[in-house]
Amino acid sequence: MSIDDIQHADSRDTTEGRVYTVTGGDWDEVLEEAARDERIVMNLGPQHPSTHGVLRLVLELEGESVTQARSVIGYLHTGIEKNCEYRTWTQGVTFVTRMDYLAPLFNETAYCLATEKLLGIEVPRRAQVIRVLLMELNRIGSHLVAIATGGMELGALTGMTNGFREREEVLHLLEWLTGLRMNHAFIRPGGVAQDLPDDYHEKITSFLKIMDSRLPGYDKLLTGQPIWRNRMAGVGVLPVDACLALGITGPILRSAGLAWDLRKVDPYLGYEEYSFEVPTSTDADCFARYVLRLEEIHQSLKIVKQALKKLEPGPVMVEDAKIAWPAQLTIGADGMGNSLNHVKKIMGQSMESLIHHFKLVTEGFAVPAGQVYVPIESPRGELGYHMVSDGGTRPLRVHVREPSFVNLQSMPAMCEGGMVADVIASVASIDPVMGGCDR
Amino acid sequence: MSPLPENETNPGAELEPTPQPGAPVAGRERRGMFGVHDAGDTTGFGGLRLPAYLPPRAERPYGGWFDEFVDELLAAMAERGIPTSAIRQVTIDRGEITLYVDRDHLVALCQALRDDAALRFELCSSVSGVDYGADVPDRLHSVYHLTSMTYRRRIRLEVAVDVDDAHVPSVVSVYPTADWHERETWDMFGIVYDGHPALTRILMPDDWDGHPQRKDYPLGGIPVEYKGAEIPPPDQRRAYS
Repeated sequence: MSIDDIQHADSRDTTEGRVYTVTGGDWDEVLEEAARDERIVMNLGPQHPSTHGVLRLVLELEGESVTQARSVIGYLHTGIEKNCEYRTWTQGVTFVTRMDYLAPLFNETAYCLATEKLLGIEVPRRAQVIRVLLMELNRIGSHLVAIATGGMELGALTGMTNGFREREEVLHLLEWLTGLRMNHAFIRPGGVAQDLPDDYHEKITSFLKIMDSRLPGYDKLLTGQPIWRNRMAGVGVLPVDACLALGITGPILRSAGLAWDLRKVDPYLGYEEYSFEVPTSTDADCFARYVLRLEEIHQSLKIVKQALKKLEPGPVMVEDAKIAWPAQLTIGADGMGNSLNHVKKIMGQSMESLIHHFKLVTEGFAVPAGQVYVPIESPRGELGYHMVSDGGTRPLRVHVREPSFVNLQSMPAMCEGGMVADVIASVASIDPVMGGCDR
Repeated sequence: MSPLPENETNPGAELEPTPQPGAPVAGRERRGMFGVHDAGDTTGFGGLRLPAYLPPRAERPYGGWFDEFVDELLAAMAERGIPTSAIRQVTIDRGEITLYVDRDHLVALCQALRDDAALRFELCSSVSGVDYGADVPDRLHSVYHLTSMTYRRRIRLEVAVDVDDAHVPSVVSVYPTADWHERETWDMFGIVYDGHPALTRILMPDDWDGHPQRKDYPLGGIPVEYKGAEIPPPDQRRAYS
């Protein structure tokens, strides 16, 4: 376009100067093409109530169908793996419990199992049963949040309020048993921080009663409800071969038909002694994953009942005084605290005890050099800890194979070619926890 | 039953992993105790010298399923024309088997491990990096945890590279799940996975400088004042190891 074209264009004088109305050129073509091609690149998140946390989705849409989808993560990266390298092996527990904040006890257990494998020790039986008990309670809470937030994202708000109501029962119980609702740091290398409170049996039994009375409500509210079923059935399909290629584990893999549950195929903490089912489906869609999570809650309740029967009196920490935490913790008026008897002993009677306490708390224990990989079945799939020691009192490397991180890779495979509303259902059925995903 | 099977039933018995010069070093040399380097040695422990940890080379028979697995792997390698020198060392520690692998043959080896009927490592559980610290030869390790769902076995492959030549071939063509794992390891350790479809940062911002989980990258943090005393950030506190 030359300057003459502009000078011959329509113009009008304004207070800002002369304004031209330019036509011609390729503008008409551009307009015509834009009318034909409805390609829109849409950004969803990272702050959005439907993205299941600080997850950002970049969607390429044609009308309402998704042609390409990519997820962008890292918004919750906190450098926990690196931080663990600067703390003792025991301190690491307080870090890893903050990664997957819906399944903190799984992180603690896997971290401790890996540390114990490096040390070559096995924890006492009562500690093993307590770990199983706490993990299964935690699994119930985690699955309830998965169902609740999934319901919220799909507009089933009563599903959300009910899910969080029941999850509150789980958190209350965990608070009573461990001292904290979340971020417990209760499971430690060598066992657990302290024994369960005296009335644990009544508390857990009354919790089981509440859950037994309320869980059928989910079938009435969601499972049989046509809108819920239509939003989820046949949506976000991921067959078993795609799951294996993408490394997907947990409820997504089981919804595709493979009964792969590490509690069964590679038992740890005596899971082979418990009788429970691994529910599977062959539908491989979002609805199947919802049904499996609900069924896994029932199975976890079954394990909790069996664990209660298996709890026999005994130590909850290894005997080895070079590893076991020296302070006998008691519950004081403020909730938790050191035992006065222990303080009296180290401050007034035994200097060796004081030295021992000081060395173990500040320096920690040395772990023989080597590396291990310990996987456990978290609510979201295989949670693996790759831990390397160079013989020091701090880990040389803690790597977490987070199921949220790996499973989120399946988002494009589930969403591309579908409708934009189904993206929300698919992401909800993956149930990524971004604290774990980004670490 | 004899721990060593007969040659006829043992397809890889005549083959053995060929040792390569330069055994993997997994740790640093330690000096002294209590982590004090800025003051006179009043304890006498300052003269303590501990050599760097070398993962021990496993000897036949390995025990358990490890012998059968290594035999089958060597047979599959012979079938596919992968030299036995691709496996530099076999280490068995705490009931886990580690194969130290030559990077040139990594992808072919993974393909064999995934596809061979007697191996069937269908699932790549995890790819992670390990940095063993400044003075360690081949300090960057890329570690692969493979799972055989058919045989319920787990193995570990480890590739050690120098920090100045941190290139490892990508296994995304064999295990698509390695995509994000390799991006994370590139992001955190600066290991370049050649052949990766889009090797970009994943956890850190795109314009970030450096690779945060390297040992020479500072942890960061600021001193904190507590009841009048100043507590230095964790990486500047006195360390005992």
